[in-house]
Amino acid sequence: MTVEMVSVTIDGVTVQVPKGSNVIEAAERAGVVVPHYCYHPSLPSPAVCRMCLVEVEKAPKLLPACVTQVTEGQVVHVHSEKAIKARAGVLEFLLINHPLDCPICDQSGECELQDFQFQEGQQKTRFTDFAKRYNPVEDFGHDILYVPNRCILCTRCVRFMGSVAEEPVLEVYERGDRAYIGLDQSQRLDHEWAGNVVDLCPVGSLLSKDFLHKARVWDLDKAASICPGCTQGCNMTIDTRDEVVVRLRPRPNLEVNRHFICDTGRADYRWMNRGDRVEAPLVLDSDRIRATDWDLALDRLAVLAAEAGPVVVLAGGRASCESLGWTMRLVAGRSVVAAMQVPQGEEVPLAAVPNLALRADRAANLHGARLLGYRADWSSAMGEVAAASLVIVLDAELTDADAALVAAAPQVIQLATVTDPRLHDAQLVLPITSMAEEQGVYVNRDLRAQRYLPARSAPGMARPAWWVASQGWALGAEGRSAPATAAEAFAALDAFDGLSYRDLGLTGRVLATATAGVAS
Amino acid sequence: MGYPYPSHPKETPVLSKHFGEVEARTFDGWVARGGYEALKKALAMTPEEIVAEVKASGLRGRGGAGFPTGMKWSFMPKDDGKPHYLCCNADESEPGTFKDREIIRWTPHALIEGCAIGCLGIRAETCYIYIRGEFTEPWHILVAAVAEAYAKGALGENAFGSGRRIDIVVHRGAGAYICGEETALMNSIEGRRGNPRVKPPFPAVAGLFGMPTTINNVETLAAVPVILTRGSAWYAGLSLSSPKSTGSKLFSVCGHVQRPGTYEITMGLPMRELIYDMCGGMLPGRTLKAVIPGGSSVPIMNAADIEDCPMDYEGIVAHGSMLGSGGMIVMDDTTDMVYQVMRLARFYADESCAQCTNCREGTAWTTKILERILAGEGKPTDLDLLLSLADNMTGKTICVLSDSCAVPVVSGLQKFRGEFEAYLSGATAPVTAGV
Repeated sequence: MTVEMVSVTIDGVTVQVPKGSNVIEAAERAGVVVPHYCYHPSLPSPAVCRMCLVEVEKAPKLLPACVTQVTEGQVVHVHSEKAIKARAGVLEFLLINHPLDCPICDQSGECELQDFQFQEGQQKTRFTDFAKRYNPVEDFGHDILYVPNRCILCTRCVRFMGSVAEEPVLEVYERGDRAYIGLDQSQRLDHEWAGNVVDLCPVGSLLSKDFLHKARVWDLDKAASICPGCTQGCNMTIDTRDEVVVRLRPRPNLEVNRHFICDTGRADYRWMNRGDRVEAPLVLDSDRIRATDWDLALDRLAVLAAEAGPVVVLAGGRASCESLGWTMRLVAGRSVVAAMQVPQGEEVPLAAVPNLALRADRAANLHGARLLGYRADWSSAMGEVAAASLVIVLDAELTDADAALVAAAPQVIQLATVTDPRLHDAQLVLPITSMAEEQGVYVNRDLRAQRYLPARSAPGMARPAWWVASQGWALGAEGRSAPATAAEAFAALDAFDGLSYRDLGLTGRVLATATAGVAS
Repeated sequence: MGYPYPSHPKETPVLSKHFGEVEARTFDGWVARGGYEALKKALAMTPEEIVAEVKASGLRGRGGAGFPTGMKWSFMPKDDGKPHYLCCNADESEPGTFKDREIIRWTPHALIEGCAIGCLGIRAETCYIYIRGEFTEPWHILVAAVAEAYAKGALGENAFGSGRRIDIVVHRGAGAYICGEETALMNSIEGRRGNPRVKPPFPAVAGLFGMPTTINNVETLAAVPVILTRGSAWYAGLSLSSPKSTGSKLFSVCGHVQRPGTYEITMGLPMRELIYDMCGGMLPGRTLKAVIPGGSSVPIMNAADIEDCPMDYEGIVAHGSMLGSGGMIVMDDTTDMVYQVMRLARFYADESCAQCTNCREGTAWTTKILERILAGEGKPTDLDLLLSLADNMTGKTICVLSDSCAVPVVSGLQKFRGEFEAYLSGATAPVTAGV
């Protein structure tokens, strides 16, 4: 499909953009940010904030860049005197009723009102001696507070619920400067995807109760990650404050999740902060568990892995491709049955976005696991446990019944983030990192391989499971050398046809030969 | 006729000819007065012929903008396979304007007939008449007249046995001024919040329910039957001044004149004659101070401006204002212009739909400053501030409500700045009651 391109000049920079683009998108391509509030790339544009007014040559009036389509030869001045003056006027209007309570506002530091005010606004207000509009804070839903005093009525939240979630529970109520965002009397803002209105809100008007007053955003460290909650593989950012994960937010990826994540994924981070982690390798010596160093533990691992007899590998749904692949290689040559644990839930789509839903399969790397030979379903793998001479538990959360079966196996190796007291006779408990502490690759349901990066440091001596497995593998025979980095660990996996971390970038890549190139 | 007063010799009663005649409200009474002949004629014409006739008459939109009606109709697509809609804007809410109300009250069938012809002209089968919610009596009359027109076969699936379908739906507004803005009106009919839409797309491309739509004022549509029966040449000849302003025009005159009312004049009649002859001039012992000639959204004129001013689209513009909706507010020397400007600003602040930042905040802020000046608490910088805000509110929003709020402020300050300064200096005593 060929896309017709038009040539436009924005602040002196000429760019080619697809016909039908709007000026704000074309400006972005030219490296010019047009200040805006109501415009959002994942929402319809109502052109109401009037912040993106720009001067277009031959147009009698300033035009809103968010709804003005580019035309061939168009010349746009974003930073002309006239346009800057108009936007300064809009900013002044937006601020007259804004409380300026930035010191106690969660949005402060990532607030578009602050940003554009510092960039283009006036130093002093002329709105003196009048009281500001006041409305009390409202509780909109299970995680959302509405602070109407800070609201600039950009209506992004209204449009998200109406046009994207297709559950139009929010609307502008009243007229004039009495207007506010109101929730339908009989409704709560508890849609599975409703939390996105907090991210969409350009100011501190819609707040997450979970994040309320938890941290100042300029103190946060951010890591690009992938939501481990289901097979959708939404791109997200893990925000940490001093090594503590404080919130998860969507990271834009137009191919996967646009600008959104579901509330289930958003809320599921407390396990990342668990304090009861395994911090040192534990070995079983004469019925006594003792902590040891990696040298001894890896020697034991190599010995156990090299023995004969059938093996069952039980993996949790958050295990990376690197960990899954190297665990398989560790026991290569033996009869192996491997399965990934896939908790089931209800599928909840985001109505207006094609191919985006909270999926029923609640394991991020189910499809990566399939590529790497984890084929059997969980119950049939459990059925093999009784006959197995070695069971490797890769950070799976076992039911009591499953744990009893595994405990009865002759040899058990746990690669674990937390100890399982029901498996106290395990020969080895090897401390591994959680997905928040390592880098790795998940493959989502569309066979898109996506990287995630570490957000916090690993506790104690914990190492990524691929490192543990590959070190054990290297000790198993002469001449083997273990990968030194995650990138090498990934590149060594046959299932990915020589793809590298660099190829994947931070938005991932759909595997071309994924179905054909499965390594068994 | 300068309803409710007897007709003045200088009037040109075309649309208002039957104002005051109760029988004209009925179907038979309307037919007895020559009604529905135009519709029957139109049913035998092609859409192109109807549009050509209206174009030739020079009829321009009577709602305020003055856009040529025939040209507007010709923008409607042909053979596009989509349903077309006609909207009649009967949401007459502009302060000072009450001419459409009189048309609906006295000659509802003139409007119905005009709507039906309009439908034929733009290839529509359905016309929505969006009537202002506060128009209780006109609404009852209009609904009854539409029902009678259906009963007599003028409307419905087989209008006058022609085999053509013409439906009219009367939709009652809920009291928002902004719903008189054409795209807000369409949103309101669709059941949405009455917010103006961004243009483009224009209504002729995607209007009501996303379909090609034409929207016309009551007076515009009511004039169409007369044009068809008496001919476009006759209508185009009704002009005392510019050939671009033709026909008769209703002016609703209110304020400090002897006989306020609805007057129909030939386009181009001098404004002085309307005020001093037809309306009987100012109240005894008073002199004219200011005129808002076309509804509250047009610039205020002072006594000097109205000298030699002809009442037509171009003439009023040349004298510093606009013909607008034809709602004329006449103010005499007892009028406090600061107070009047404040009341107008307050109206717009109340009615702003709250979409655009400039309008939502600007109208309210402007009102607050004007209230402060009236209360004797104005600051020396307030007048410049008002003008600066007016500049920030002009030409920067989706619709023109924001501009309309700035207009009386700017023209008021331009022409009556001394009165504002007198409040600031304390020369005028603060208004403490009734604000």
